[in-house]
Order: sequence, then C-alpha cells, then structure tokens
Amino acid sequence: MSGETVKVIIDGREVEAKAGLTILQAAGEAGIYIPHLCYHKELSPGGHCRVCTVKVNGKPINACTMVVANGMVIENDTAELTDLRKSIIEMLFVEGNHICPGCEKSGNCELQALAYRFGMMSPRYPYLFPAKQVDGSHASAYIDRNRCILCGRCVRSSREIDHKYVFGFEDRGIHMRLAVDSRGTLSETDLAAADKAATYCPTGSLMTKRVGWKVPVGQRKYDKEPIGSEITRRGK
Amino acid sequence: MASVDAALISRVVERFGKDPQRLMDIVREVQGELGQFPQEAVDGIAKALGVHRVQVADMASFYSFIDRGEKARYTVRLSNCVVDKMQGMDEVTRAFEKALGIRCGQNTADGVFSLRQTSCTGMCDQPPAALINDLVVTGLKPADVPAIVEALKQERRKPGDAMLFPNAEVQLNLRQAGPVVLGPFENGSAIRKSLALTPEQVIDELNKSKLRGRGGAGFPTGMKWSFCRKAQGEHYIICNADEGEPGTFKDRLLLTEAADLLFEGMTVAGYALGAAEGLLYLRAEYAYLYPRLEQVLARRRRHGLLGESIAGREGFSFDIRIQLGAGAYVCGEESGLIESLEGKRGAPRDRPPYPVQRGYKQEPTSVNNVETLCCAARILEKGADWFVKHGTRDSTGTKLLSVSGDCRHPGVYEVEYGITVDKLLQLVGGEDAQAVQVGGPSGACLAPKDYGRKISFEDIPTGGSIIVFGPQRDLLKHVLDFTEFFAEESCGWCAPCRVGTTLLVHKLHKVLEGRGTASDLPELKQLGTTVKMMSRCGLGQSAANPVLTTLQNLPELYRKRLSDKEFIPHFDIAGAFSEQAAVTGRKFVDHEEAHA
Repeated sequence: MSGETVKVIIDGREVEAKAGLTILQAAGEAGIYIPHLCYHKELSPGGHCRVCTVKVNGKPINACTMVVANGMVIENDTAELTDLRKSIIEMLFVEGNHICPGCEKSGNCELQALAYRFGMMSPRYPYLFPAKQVDGSHASAYIDRNRCILCGRCVRSSREIDHKYVFGFEDRGIHMRLAVDSRGTLSETDLAAADKAATYCPTGSLMTKRVGWKVPVGQRKYDKEPIGSEITRRGK
Repeated sequence: MASVDAALISRVVERFGKDPQRLMDIVREVQGELGQFPQEAVDGIAKALGVHRVQVADMASFYSFIDRGEKARYTVRLSNCVVDKMQGMDEVTRAFEKALGIRCGQNTADGVFSLRQTSCTGMCDQPPAALINDLVVTGLKPADVPAIVEALKQERRKPGDAMLFPNAEVQLNLRQAGPVVLGPFENGSAIRKSLALTPEQVIDELNKSKLRGRGGAGFPTGMKWSFCRKAQGEHYIICNADEGEPGTFKDRLLLTEAADLLFEGMTVAGYALGAAEGLLYLRAEYAYLYPRLEQVLARRRRHGLLGESIAGREGFSFDIRIQLGAGAYVCGEESGLIESLEGKRGAPRDRPPYPVQRGYKQEPTSVNNVETLCCAARILEKGADWFVKHGTRDSTGTKLLSVSGDCRHPGVYEVEYGITVDKLLQLVGGEDAQAVQVGGPSGACLAPKDYGRKISFEDIPTGGSIIVFGPQRDLLKHVLDFTEFFAEESCGWCAPCRVGTTLLVHKLHKVLEGRGTASDLPELKQLGTTVKMMSRCGLGQSAANPVLTTLQNLPELYRKRLSDKEFIPHFDIAGAFSEQAAVTGRKFVDHEEAHA
C-alpha cells in the first residue's frame, strides 16, 4: 500500500485509486457516491445491508468489502442497481416498524435519507408488522428494536472504538435481533454515557437520551441536502 | 431451572482446553447432560471461558439443535423436507401430537419429550424420517408412533445405547455402484502413491484429472489445493460433511461405506497442502455415524495411516478431528462452515479473502466435499488418465446422485457425467415425472421439455440431489416448501436474504390461496431477482431459484391459480376480521365487493 495506485473504471470514468482501498473508499475519494448504509468510515465493514452492491466486470459485488484491482470495470449509477438498492431499503422498511413522523431521528436518519434519495414513496412489499422489544432501562441510552436494521454498527463500534463488547446478535433469519451483553437489559451492561457506540446508529434504534429534539426537524442534516452530497461535491 | 451445576460446566470447559473456538462442543455437551440449554449455562460457560455472555448466547441461539427452551429427555425432530412431506409426514406428525398430547413445537409437562420440526435429515430415500436425540428413525407410519413413544417412556435411557425399535435403522440404499468412487479400494494405496511424488506433483495429477468440486459449485480441486499450498501460513484441510441440501444423502452413504477412502483423500490433501491437521465437519443429523467414524480413525492410526510418520514417511504427520455441527444448513457454505468450526454463528464471510488465503483460524484452508476427497484419493491411486476416461470432456469422472421422491427405486446412484435426465428417470423408475428438481431447492426445477439435458457442469450442474415429482403432485406447494426452507435457514446476516426470503414465502401464500393477480407474477420475479443478485452468500443467491426456475420453466403452475380481478391487496382484511366475525356473529362485508 506504499503509494502504489491502480486504475479502475467506474461508470465509464477512469479512476486512479490507492492500492488496498475498497471500491467504496476509492469511489468516495474520487467524488463518486456509492450508496451505503451499514458501512461507516470509522469502522470495519460489516457486509450486512448490501446497498453498496456494484457490478464488477458484470458480476454483483459488495463495494465496502471488495478491494480495488487494476482494470476493474465497475458499474455503480445504473437504473438496474438503483432499483435493486431501493428494493433493499424497502425491505428494511417493511421488516421493522418505521414511523418517520414520530421518530427522533427523522432528518438525521440514513435509512430515511436513502429512501428519499431513491425516490421511495412507499415500499412495494407488504409490511410484516413484527412485535419488537424496546429497552429504555439505561440511564443515558435506549434501544428501540422497531427501528433496528441489524447493520451491526453498534456491535462493531463497541468493540472497535470503545473496546467493550456491549452488543451482539441472537437468533437467525427473520428472527435475528440485536442483543446486549447481559441476561436482561441494556442497564445491566457496561455501556457508559461516554461510549461512542450509541452514536453510530444510522436509524433511531440506538439513541442517546435527552438530546433527540435539540435540533428541530427541518434543520437537520438530510433536511438540507440529500445523503451523499458531501461526496458528490468532491467530484465536482 | 434454578441453577446449573458449576462443576459440570467447568469440567466440560476444561475438557475442551478452555478454548473458545470449541464453544460448539462445549454447548453440545452441556445440553446433552442437562437435556436443555438454559440461561444459567450461558452465564456459566461465558465465565469459565473468559468470554462475553453475548458471544455464547449468539452462538447458541443460532443453531436449531441447541434448545434454549424447557427441558426434555427426548427431543423428537420430524424432518419437514419436501420428500418427507410427500410420503406422509403430516400424518406422522399428527400421530406424534396425539401420542404425546402436545403440539409440534411444544414440550410435555413431565419434561420427557419435546416435539420439533427440522430441515431435511438426509433420509429422503426412506421417508418420512425423524431424529430422536441422535437416533434416526425412518420409514415412519402413523401406526408405528404409539409403540415408539411407549418404548421411549419405558426405556428411560439415551437412545443410541441400543436399538429401541425396528425403524431405528438407516438403510444404505445403494442402487448403483460405479467404478470410480465406489469401486474396490485398498487402504493406504493412494497415500503410498502420493508419497512417491512431491506435493506439487500430487496437485499436478489432480489438475490433469480435471476434478471439480462435487458439492455443486464445481471449482477445480487442483487449483484450490494449489492456491492453498502457495499461501503462507499453517495449512488446513477441511472436509465438508454438512450435506444439508434437501434431497441429498449421498455423503451419508460415503461416510458409512467409504470412510477409509474419504480419510485417505484427506490425508493425501494433508500431504499436498503441507497440512498437519484435517477437520471433518459432520452435520448434527449424522451424529449417529460419529462413533463409527472415530473407530475408523483409530484403526487408521494403528495401521500407520494417520498420526506421526504416515506410511513410514519420516516427517509426514497428519491427523483428523471430527467436529459435529448443530443444525444449520448455511454451514454447508464453506466460509459459514469455518465460522462454525471456530465456535461462532455460521454466518458466511465476505470474500475475498477466500478460505484458501485466510480460512480456519485465518490460515490457508481448503474446504472440500466428501465426494471430492474420495475422488482425489482414487485419482492418486489409479492416475488421472484413468479418471478422465469417465464422464465428459469438461465433467470428468462419475457423480453420486441421491434420488428420491416419486420413483420406484430411491437411493444412491453412481453415474457417468453426461447422463440425460430421461435416462436417469428410466434407471430410477420415475418415467412419468411431471418435473424433476435437480440440485435440490438451490438447483433448478426441470419440466419434461428439459429431460434431454445432461447432468454435467456444462449443462445442469448438481451437488447430487434429484427429487422426482410424479403427476399427482401439486408442485407449487413444494415450491413454497422449498422457499420456507430457505427462509428458515437464512442466517440473517444480510438484508436481502433475511427479509427477501420471508417476503417470497408471503407472496407464494397469496398465490396459493387464490388471491394472486396478474401483477403478482412480475413482482415475484422482481423480488426473487433482488434476493438472488444482492445476497451475500450462496444460500441467498440461490434461495429464489425454486420460484425463479418454476416461473421460467412451468409458468402455468402460477397462471392457473391467479384471480381475474385486477388487484387484490396483500393484506387480507376479511381474513384478519374472521375471528371477530365468528365471535360477534356478524359477517364482515368487503367494502369493494359491497359496492361492485
């Protein structure tokens, strides 16, 4: 990775990228936005949401885990991929109970922002209306599993940033859920008010208490510009 | 359950060297002792291993054979595979429910029985089948059930100690042995031939044989071994004996009849890769084979075919450990299998890096199917030139097929690659098939127009599952069964598979209930395509195949069930109100119908 570069083509544009970067990182540096959700630049990739799927030499590949290689021909901003990505966002909406107008995260929510970016009016799939658990036991954070999309950011950030092990998963398939490192509730874990883990949630599932309405709706991050704008600005 | 014996936990944890990577064994053994896996055991194991509670809970909650519910001395697991259902599993289930006085999914109040459904147990040639703890019972009839339950009540000991009832015997059902895999074999011959070559020459011989992986994906085995050998680190060879594809049972036969050949293949791989350790990942459904396989390993050690200085070769040491699984189809995916071997949930990994670069314990690892390793041993014994005489140009050798469903002679057939579906149907006595599922649910559903096609990598590849559907079958119901299977076995890690498989099940229900309309078919295709293209691993990428291949090959299955209405909403409001309607005695009036 010592200053070596590779050349790839993204949507017809030749991009020179540092060797060792993932497709998502390389595109980002070149000002090309590849939509993503479970990925966070400060964390290791999780590979959960698959929203960042691109086509490499015609084959679907996950951009947050695949490292760039010389000569890759990458498709990103195509009608086909955009609809497939939108489909996943719609799946996540029907899998949980996402009531945007009543959610503290509205306007700062990456799931909602992607739905807007993709022009989702309502999900094409039927709602599953699952019964989910809410955990408000902790003094400074709460979990609302109705809004959890199992992106694993809290799991990874607790381990990688806080050097703890507060979160994990349990069960499998559609029954998979976010678990905490105690027999009961979040209050029985060693999650502290200063932990960063509570700040990485892309939706309103893991939230710090008492700050949710500090910035009024209408003046929030994605109220001002679509998600990904900071990256596409770089490309101009 | 008030408390769990701390001494028991620490004894089990000690026995596995306090190694968190042996969590699967630890949890299995604790459950075996307690008849359940309670919350207290999670805490106890976490503490004894020095790991987080959530790590133990994550692993234990993932596998269907780890029961975190109430205690049961005997867990009866009824195979809900399509083939078991075709042969009367529903009636057998009702008979068990009646004999035990509980519903499937419940436990008896006295803590003796629990009744569960489980995915295909690998007994489709002798259905309907069930597991009672580790004991396999096959060819069940509803009339047998009271006697089985009575025998268990009387015995009050672990099944497996002795034969309890006549059904507790697995038939071999070898219908046709071919010359390649199931021909006569002299123990040690492949190892001795290999040791006369350099490891590179062994791999060259495999390359010359054009052997491709028998699990279904068909990756060239010599290439896999070569990549693995060249990667730096401690090398491992893993045998994937987790055949979970519904309708597959050919590895069961190999593990029973050709265990020596398999271990010989693993030992040859050990030599070729420079590995000192091999692991056999054995699916939990085949736990009954474990003692026998251990005996074979012990005998091979006595005969100098495993252990130190194998076949007299100074410096060549290699041994094999058997790891039992705990009920998860996705562990048949090689990186999921590796995660499982490391004592974690069996969620597949993102690739690259591939297992040959960073696999088990992040070291170079070759994962090969049982049949592939058997072929490798035969190739080293008899030479690549002999091997390529069988099969076709691009699909050399023979293939073991597990044939089940509506045919007169279900069982295992070793056939030459290139055999047509037609020819196969004649061989097995299934000439009147309305459709054939080749490669299990993750493969393709073929209609009669496709019966001239050839079983081979260049035409229809298969891991070996062949399910025959006779003219009397309602095929769309089986498409639903297959799709439910994938939804049940999805690991949940990635969104498109986790959510998409469940949505596919809902959509199929709508069509099957006669509430589907013309727009549902393109929507079904769109949904299936998303699951196929966006999912993380082979399970998700093939989960929509039953739907997509029948939509393509047998569209009338769907069309004949569609309503001629323009649109019917997914949410069935009349159905949702049916209970209220029954209670109040007032009929629910559909707004649209009333105004039509």
